[in-house]
Amino acid sequence: MNVFKLAWRNLWRNKRRTLITVSSIFFGVIFSSFMGSSQAGGYTKMIDNVVKFYSGFFQLQNEDYWDEKSINNSFELTDSLKSILDAYDELTNKVPRLEDFALASYETYTRGAIIVGTEPEKENQVTEIAEKIVEGEYLKTGDDGIIIGVDLAKGLKISVGDTLVLLGQGYHGVSAAGKFPVRGLIKHFNPEYNRRIVYMDLATCQYFYSANNLLTSLVVMVEDNKTMEAILPALKEELSSPHVLKSWQEMFPALVQQIESDRSTALIMKVMLYIVIGFGIFGTIMMMMAERKHEFGVMVAIGMSKQRLALTVVIETILMGMVGVAAGLLGSFPVVGYFYQNPIPLTGQAADWMQDLGFEPFMFFAWDISVFMDQVLAVFVMTLLISILPLVKLLRMHENTALHQ
Amino acid sequence: MSVIKIKDLTKVYNGSQVPVHAVNGISLEIKQGEFAAVVGPSGSGKTTFLNMLGGLDDPTSGSIEIDNQLLSNLTSSQRIKFRLENIGFIFQAYNLIPVLTAKENVEFIMELQKVSKAERNKRSLELLEAVGIPDKANVRPNQLSGGQQQRVAVARALASKPKFILADEPTANLDSKSTETLLDIMERLNKEENITFIFSTHDARVVNKAHRIITIEDGLIKSDESRI
Repeated sequence: MNVFKLAWRNLWRNKRRTLITVSSIFFGVIFSSFMGSSQAGGYTKMIDNVVKFYSGFFQLQNEDYWDEKSINNSFELTDSLKSILDAYDELTNKVPRLEDFALASYETYTRGAIIVGTEPEKENQVTEIAEKIVEGEYLKTGDDGIIIGVDLAKGLKISVGDTLVLLGQGYHGVSAAGKFPVRGLIKHFNPEYNRRIVYMDLATCQYFYSANNLLTSLVVMVEDNKTMEAILPALKEELSSPHVLKSWQEMFPALVQQIESDRSTALIMKVMLYIVIGFGIFGTIMMMMAERKHEFGVMVAIGMSKQRLALTVVIETILMGMVGVAAGLLGSFPVVGYFYQNPIPLTGQAADWMQDLGFEPFMFFAWDISVFMDQVLAVFVMTLLISILPLVKLLRMHENTALHQ
Repeated sequence: MSVIKIKDLTKVYNGSQVPVHAVNGISLEIKQGEFAAVVGPSGSGKTTFLNMLGGLDDPTSGSIEIDNQLLSNLTSSQRIKFRLENIGFIFQAYNLIPVLTAKENVEFIMELQKVSKAERNKRSLELLEAVGIPDKANVRPNQLSGGQQQRVAVARALASKPKFILADEPTANLDSKSTETLLDIMERLNKEENITFIFSTHDARVVNKAHRIITIEDGLIKSDESRI
């Protein structure tokens, strides 16, 4: 009769009590998995939005560009830069962009606009903007037309097929002026983009700004964040002034801070949840200890070492936790799986708030093994901590006193 | 040859007001193969005496030597190991492990002694056969009668091949028939296997079977009578 078997049988001596304790862990794990998954899903979506909508995982830029977003801080994608980047198979896409501001005018209406010159096909592979066209069509390579945000079109009272006049300042102070037919209207989740954005073909944009072969950024995509973190330091080492690589975290530190702060809040909530559950398990174990004191005395009297006895009780406690976790995980999988496939739509102010931040108004969930492993680890650590008191009590137990309980 | 040598054994409990002298200077020797009963009225000190003899309690003074080993020289964990290898216990309330079957209860001691699985299996079945309940091997204690549970307890006490068995009022919870059966088993094991039994009892039937009767009163040996 090994200690595991003995602990397992002891666990089921008082089935009702064990089931009540296991149930508290079960619901705790489901709740915590749900919360963790929603949190991880939210972050993934946030990062995804940032990365796929605008920044990519990282960008190649002129070192002065991020602080002073001027077309004068642009750079040329030379062959040597290309060869450095091409050496990394992990880079799945590279989208060249030339961005600046201009005045957009139609008839008597004028609005400020963000002009993004890009390679339409590559851009679409990253940001999937073709799917966001609500009227007209997406750009073609070499296109001399533009697509604009729906709210910008509304403000200018311009429609697909009309011609928009853009007026700005080109490279090194050259005047930039041009007429561009509107090919389509784009509707993004971010209202600011809808009010400002103008997309055009990269070559057309370079011609408009008199910035031949120049880019303000090269957006780089990789498989995921982990890949980026793995290759970015080495890539940075290979580049020299005035070229720099900026990760999405460097470009959006506020987002990183928001995620970190949110994680801390969620961690506090989870710790509180597990403390409540922990006290439930602790109560059960202490009750069990009190009930079996005489039995423990007998076991030591007939020759079982206190260490071995303590190990049995520790295993019993851990087993109780693990049974709860296993049940909780079995319960969590369908719940989290369902919401992963069917994100919860947000309505009202919450939806408006999300949209104002540029995010889709949904509560997203992650199907991530770490969400579930966190619960296993939390319960395991909790049961280990709970085992300390019984362990100490058993090691200090006097068999004769225990026998007379 | 003496298995147990006890010299000037005392036990004083320091109560809240006055010290209680539970054992007040007992000296005696017990030889291999004895079938001895320790008798005396309630509060005479016999249970305290047996607890000290089993290494479950420390004497205030005096010494207990079992097979040339002074119990007082052993640490707590050494004493547990010593008990495992040298002493078998039979308790008044049987005290079987409720989650184990009869056979597993008997095997439990041997497992603590790291006896091989095959040997454990063979010996536990033999012992259950010896105490007359081979058919109850796979039954848990709560499905056994009091007499059957005490028989399992006897088998468990014998499992470790101890130098002697301490039985604290082994028949106190048993009916006449079960008492008779249990006493027959213990007497047979004593005769055939030369196992030393020391039991405390109030039961006249047990006293009648004993070969030596040690009477304790007020923590002292009042009489020590041999019937062989």
